[in-house]
Amino acid sequence: MKAAVVVFPGSNCDRDLAVAFEQAGFDVSMVWHKDSALPEGVDIVGVPGGFSYGDYLRCGAIAAQSPICKAVVEHANRGGYALGVCNGFQVLTETGVLPGALLRNAGLKYICRTVDLKVATSDSVFTEGYNAGDVIGIPIAHHDGNYFADADTVAQLQDQDRVAFTYADNPNGSIADIAGILSENRKVLGMMPHPERAADEGHGGTDGVAVFRALMGIVATA
Amino acid sequence: MKARVHVMLKNGVLDPQGEAVRHALGAMGFDKVEGVRQGKVIDLTLAEGSSEADVTDMCEKLLANTVIESYSIEML
Repeated sequence: MKAAVVVFPGSNCDRDLAVAFEQAGFDVSMVWHKDSALPEGVDIVGVPGGFSYGDYLRCGAIAAQSPICKAVVEHANRGGYALGVCNGFQVLTETGVLPGALLRNAGLKYICRTVDLKVATSDSVFTEGYNAGDVIGIPIAHHDGNYFADADTVAQLQDQDRVAFTYADNPNGSIADIAGILSENRKVLGMMPHPERAADEGHGGTDGVAVFRALMGIVATA
Repeated sequence: MKARVHVMLKNGVLDPQGEAVRHALGAMGFDKVEGVRQGKVIDLTLAEGSSEADVTDMCEKLLANTVIESYSIEML
């Protein structure tokens, strides 16, 4: 199974994400933002955290227009899997692959700590390794993690069971406590918390491993 | 030729930076300030013959995120 991790100028979680995919058994390649195509046969694309293009203009806005992002959007539109973490989530909303946008944290502070997340649905390739209602500890590290979408979009996400994770104790003002959402076909997940930073005993927690393991299991049998 | 684009968060979208400025002004004794919204001004230098429609296209595709922001264009 093949994973590709996108690297933008300013990405800083790309290698962590690659290691998490590798430990789950994926064959991982890194793709540069100027590449215009993904490697042949990629099953899942990881869009990592960081500060692509320095967050200039808006977080994720310039990355979303990069050559590789056109290929990522085409991959998602063809029904390919994609995981966007933190800045990667911001990039996926800017491309329109996922709805909504990420605003400045309501408290205006950059927040870096482990938070409790509630698994809102186990009905996805990313969350199948959990039970709905599970509470897991996953680190956040963001300044612009305040998820916003209009009321109709939030209602649609909830009605279609597309909220993947919510914050147990909302740290950033996100609407409806939303921490991560799924695309309509449930094959793209965007989330502000970092499962790849809770994927090894050395990280102080392994609650994020299930995301990558479930993905490997399901992608491999699909 | 030049164009000036104003980008603002839409009404109803929380502007925590604007709120922080409002609090600071209040604390400084400017007690008549009832609201602050903070936005961006983007000045574009354009080749002759560019049209407002070109700038609108830029706003829709990059300069503003219309999920959360509104924009207005001044051709100067």
